[in-house]
Amino acid sequence: MSAITKIAGRGVPLRGNDIDTDRIIPARFLRCVTFDGLGEHAFADDRSQLKAAGQLHPFSNPEYAGANVLVVGSNFGCGSSREHAPQSLQKWGVRAIIGESFAEIFFNNNIAIGVPCVRLLAADIASLQGLIEDRPTLDVEIDLAAGSVSAADFSFEIKMPEAARQMFVRGQWDATGQLLANLDKVRTRAAQIPYLNKFIP
Amino acid sequence: MSRGTLFDKVWKLHSIDQLESGQTQLFIGLHLIHEVTSPQAFAMLRELDLKVAFPENTLATVDHIVPTEDQARPFADPLAEEMMQALEENTAASGIRLYNVGSGKQGVVHIIAPELGLTQPGMTVACGDSHTATHGAFGAVAFGIGTSQVRDVLATQTLAMDPLKVRRVEVNGALSSGVFAKDVILHIIRHLGVKGGAGYAYEFAGTCIDAMSMEERMTVCNMAIEGGARCGYINPDQITFDYLRGREFAPQGDLWPQAEDWWRSIASDSDADYDDLVIFDAAEISPTLTWGITPGQALGLDETLPAIENYAPEEQDLIRQAYAYMDLTPGQSMLGLPIDVVFIGSCTNGRLSDLREVAKICELHGGRVPAQIKTVVVPGSEAVKAAAEAEGLDQIFIKHGFDWRNAGCSMCLAMNPDKLVGRQICASTSNRNFKGRQGSPAGRTLLMSPAMAALTALEGKISDVRPLLNKEVQS
Repeated sequence: MSAITKIAGRGVPLRGNDIDTDRIIPARFLRCVTFDGLGEHAFADDRSQLKAAGQLHPFSNPEYAGANVLVVGSNFGCGSSREHAPQSLQKWGVRAIIGESFAEIFFNNNIAIGVPCVRLLAADIASLQGLIEDRPTLDVEIDLAAGSVSAADFSFEIKMPEAARQMFVRGQWDATGQLLANLDKVRTRAAQIPYLNKFIP
Repeated sequence: MSRGTLFDKVWKLHSIDQLESGQTQLFIGLHLIHEVTSPQAFAMLRELDLKVAFPENTLATVDHIVPTEDQARPFADPLAEEMMQALEENTAASGIRLYNVGSGKQGVVHIIAPELGLTQPGMTVACGDSHTATHGAFGAVAFGIGTSQVRDVLATQTLAMDPLKVRRVEVNGALSSGVFAKDVILHIIRHLGVKGGAGYAYEFAGTCIDAMSMEERMTVCNMAIEGGARCGYINPDQITFDYLRGREFAPQGDLWPQAEDWWRSIASDSDADYDDLVIFDAAEISPTLTWGITPGQALGLDETLPAIENYAPEEQDLIRQAYAYMDLTPGQSMLGLPIDVVFIGSCTNGRLSDLREVAKICELHGGRVPAQIKTVVVPGSEAVKAAAEAEGLDQIFIKHGFDWRNAGCSMCLAMNPDKLVGRQICASTSNRNFKGRQGSPAGRTLLMSPAMAALTALEGKISDVRPLLNKEVQS
């Protein structure tokens, strides 16, 4: 598995807090047996509603086409555990998310698919979103090894659980291999769990 | 750091190893799967040439996409039919038990596992659904997970997890008449916030929680995730054991005393340490409903809608958005607000006791749902449906103008034919009031208890059950 230490690219700012996974990918798009094709439906309802109101959602704005660093507010990805949400963002082109904070299941689902979610202070998020809105072609770089986000002359310090940061830097973000390596230990433990073994403590 | 809590004990018992990443490899005692979040996980397994390691520890059912009216196969929606077939093929090929439509045991995954006695104290439970916390009502540690993690549980019966802190959330005292478990959890979320639980497991406790039935406890734990807590639980006690006794997968015969001893030992110690403690007074909880677009945007029926300035500056944008989306105004009362649709059901409130509450309100009120109001009453499982019909609840619903359906997730999340249309406003016993949640991108949801939803249906507007219930007490 590959280490993910640096992600650089153009940013796409998405303002607002508590944006839930129903908004990221409305439930009707979950009627599928693969994740293919979810990218085009990311924020489908938010996009069409803004369009009807004569406005542009950042994901519909041609200025942000090809961007791959999503910059969001707090509690992003709350609600449903649907991995379809991070999958749709990834398939749209998102390779990393910078936010004030993330809902836990969403955060973990992103680790599992190799998309780092890093945190900045609210004030830094606002500055970064403003910078990108002013200059959509600006390059945003996340350096997980150094623990920083830089854009133009600005540099921000990342807040991220150390274990999660290390998983990306060391290339251990896909847990399956590590879990499989312990399958013998798992079988041994399963034979000792009281409720699976006639409650013999 | 917490010590001696149920969470600590269950975590330690199921810890297999410390992974290189620093995470804990945690054994999962009960894995529940359904048609929405599992097909991609099985595909990943095939890609990696892996088999299901412990098929006997996984149970499958279908709930999200199942129509609640015409359930004849193939389903009218070809996409839903494809998901059904994928689950049928995947479970058959892996030796996983599937409770399909018509089996008598199908239903919302978080309703059937408890009613079959599969969910037990001291277990770890995982399911590709955020409302897995429901199982915590039994003193299980239950996590909602994503599809890649479903793959991991299928392949290894374990998860890579970070430990959680434990916050004890005490609710003490007795609930007033007309106040239900749903009001309790809406009240807690309202005060601790939708992200207040991030990083925590919630231990719900206190004399009010202790006095609750298992079905009420499930309603409380169900919405832990709406408060940002990945899991919520209640220590097992005699009420838990009495509920479990005699159920199909509960310990039988000679095993029972040993089971009960072990279950008691897994509960939090009386001198346990917690990372945080929050205390609520049950007497201060009034019938509560949401008015906005997050489950934390709630108020008691006696209050009026809050001024935007009452919120912290960083929250005001969201509050303005909520008012605009819901078409409501600060200072307004929710009482008397006309509604279009009423949904009674879901993993939060689709159990027999919820339906009994609805039937009771119907009989006390005596009237009929006005013709312009659409209602859907959806039992949480085929077993709940059979039990309700055996008591004649279905006849009461029909007599009072409610539409009685088959088991499924229905209008909670709009993956099946039950959906809002346009800007309809729905009084709903489900768990999420996000924009568009109930299937119309402009649809509006008000979360509330089954009793409030029932009276709201009968009156055609948001209504207070307390006068009706008090009249009953006096007569």
